[in-house]
Amino acid sequence: MNDLRTEIAINAGASEFSVARANAVALYTITRREVRRMLRIWTQTLIPPAITMTLYFVIFGTLIGRRIGMMHGFTYMQYIVPGLVMMSVITNSYGNITSSFFGSKFGRYVEELLASPMPSWVVLTGYVAGAVLRGLLVGGIVLGISLFFTSLRVAHPLVAISTVLLGSTIFSLAGFINAMFARKFDDIAIVPTFVLTPLTYLGGVFYSVNMLGEPWHTVSLVNPILYMVNAFRFGVLGVADVPLWIAYLVMCGFAALLAAIALTLLHRGVGLRS
Amino acid sequence: MSNPAASRDTPALETIDLRKTYSNGVQALRGVSLRVAPGDFFALLGPNGAGKSTLIGILSSLVNPTSGEARVFGISIHADRGGVMRQIGLVPQELNFNQFETPFEICVNVAGFYGIPRRIACARAERYLNELRLWDKARQPARMLSGGMKRRLMIARAMMNEPRLLILDEPTAGVDIEIRRSMWQFISAINRAGTTVILTTHYLEEAEQLCRNIAIIDHGSIVENTSMRALLGKLDVETFVLDIAGACVQLPEVPGVKLTCVDDHTLEAEMSKQHDLNSLFAALSARGITVTSMRNKTNRLEELFVRLVEHGGSEKGKVAA
Repeated sequence: MNDLRTEIAINAGASEFSVARANAVALYTITRREVRRMLRIWTQTLIPPAITMTLYFVIFGTLIGRRIGMMHGFTYMQYIVPGLVMMSVITNSYGNITSSFFGSKFGRYVEELLASPMPSWVVLTGYVAGAVLRGLLVGGIVLGISLFFTSLRVAHPLVAISTVLLGSTIFSLAGFINAMFARKFDDIAIVPTFVLTPLTYLGGVFYSVNMLGEPWHTVSLVNPILYMVNAFRFGVLGVADVPLWIAYLVMCGFAALLAAIALTLLHRGVGLRS
Repeated sequence: MSNPAASRDTPALETIDLRKTYSNGVQALRGVSLRVAPGDFFALLGPNGAGKSTLIGILSSLVNPTSGEARVFGISIHADRGGVMRQIGLVPQELNFNQFETPFEICVNVAGFYGIPRRIACARAERYLNELRLWDKARQPARMLSGGMKRRLMIARAMMNEPRLLILDEPTAGVDIEIRRSMWQFISAINRAGTTVILTTHYLEEAEQLCRNIAIIDHGSIVENTSMRALLGKLDVETFVLDIAGACVQLPEVPGVKLTCVDDHTLEAEMSKQHDLNSLFAALSARGITVTSMRNKTNRLEELFVRLVEHGGSEKGKVAA
């Protein structure tokens, strides 16, 4: 016990690490824990989206797609690949953060975070980083599977990468807010079922919004997923239904707004502190 | 990362008129003012729902206070929450770790949340899991551990940031006697090494043996806050249980002693501490009653606790009955 006594005495008075370094360690720890969780339950996190997207490619791309003509100079299979990749990224980022953060609330181990010296932004960034990494990994798997069905050449890699990162971040933040308010497991299933899925399907994944007549074309422009899908499609194929700068403006605006809301809620401890 | 302005006399914990009213209107704390000296082993006792867990929740940042101030080693929880959290290790009443992670992962992750680099965190996890006799279970999922092991895991986890103030909220609830004793040995050693310990427990004999100072909280208010010795000194009545040979038929009248027959072979004698036992034994002997053994009915702290909580703050200082 003597060495313990000495060490406690030293630690009691000494400043071992700077706050910045401590925050960096904390951020790495949360992100690492999230990635390990994702890999530990890989049959729930990585395999289902791969199977679902393979079915999409087989049914919509190969079987139905043959009967559909060229879209903006690309086969239907090529046309839907960016949208399906983006759909996987969005739904998996959202699903990862809601299940993980709500799980920590449900199991009460969120208290480990709340009772630590970490500032709110580190907690938020760590969870978002974990969700974005899952989105990227699943997106990569889906993109890899698509190459078994068609050939692709990424037209604008920077646009493609930045769009995936922004889209994933936006839906990670949205999922985090959902998990903060959630009191039971049903509460984290409602938004994906009744909001996320319809918006994704109506976001131009399977079609060009220019094919829609009014008022549906204008209504579609309110859907933020439309901008993500089209920006990513521009990054991969070089074609899009909306101007790229507007897509970036919408995505950056949503990311900033959701980050501000999530940080405010976390700082106040909404759904976490009594 | 300790408070540079704090002197050796800075209280480990100081609360000033701390109040908490929950959204449902329940007043859990009604102006709690408390000081815990650095290095103390401090008991915070109270009946269920008295406000202990709310107070601990505020100190560990899990509950927002309605008003008042709390300082840990001179650092205000309002001004520098992170600074306060670096000083504190918390062992909560309820299990609150990820049951799917291993004890080693749980400890190392929590150290990471405090900004402790992984290399140091791994070494500390090994040491504290060893000291709490959990190292052989370190790589098993935590859900596989027994109840006592889970309690010890929470102590090991609370030690990962090597806190200056360790708060234990009923850490031995449901733990068998052998493990409980080993836990107290560990906590006592930590306290001797300089860590201030605040303990809430329902095992009052443990608080009596371990703690130097004590506060009793009831209905959100502190009804007693003094040293254990001073508190126990207030009690001048003791109750003895006497096992007797033969049947308890007719009891003698002994001045200053209240004798009660519990069953055919057991008597209870309540008397002042100053009262000699010889007159009692003489009176019993004169009636032909043979005492075969004798013991205290309850531990002294428990008796005081019950009286304080029953009478509330209005009976402060009158616990001698």
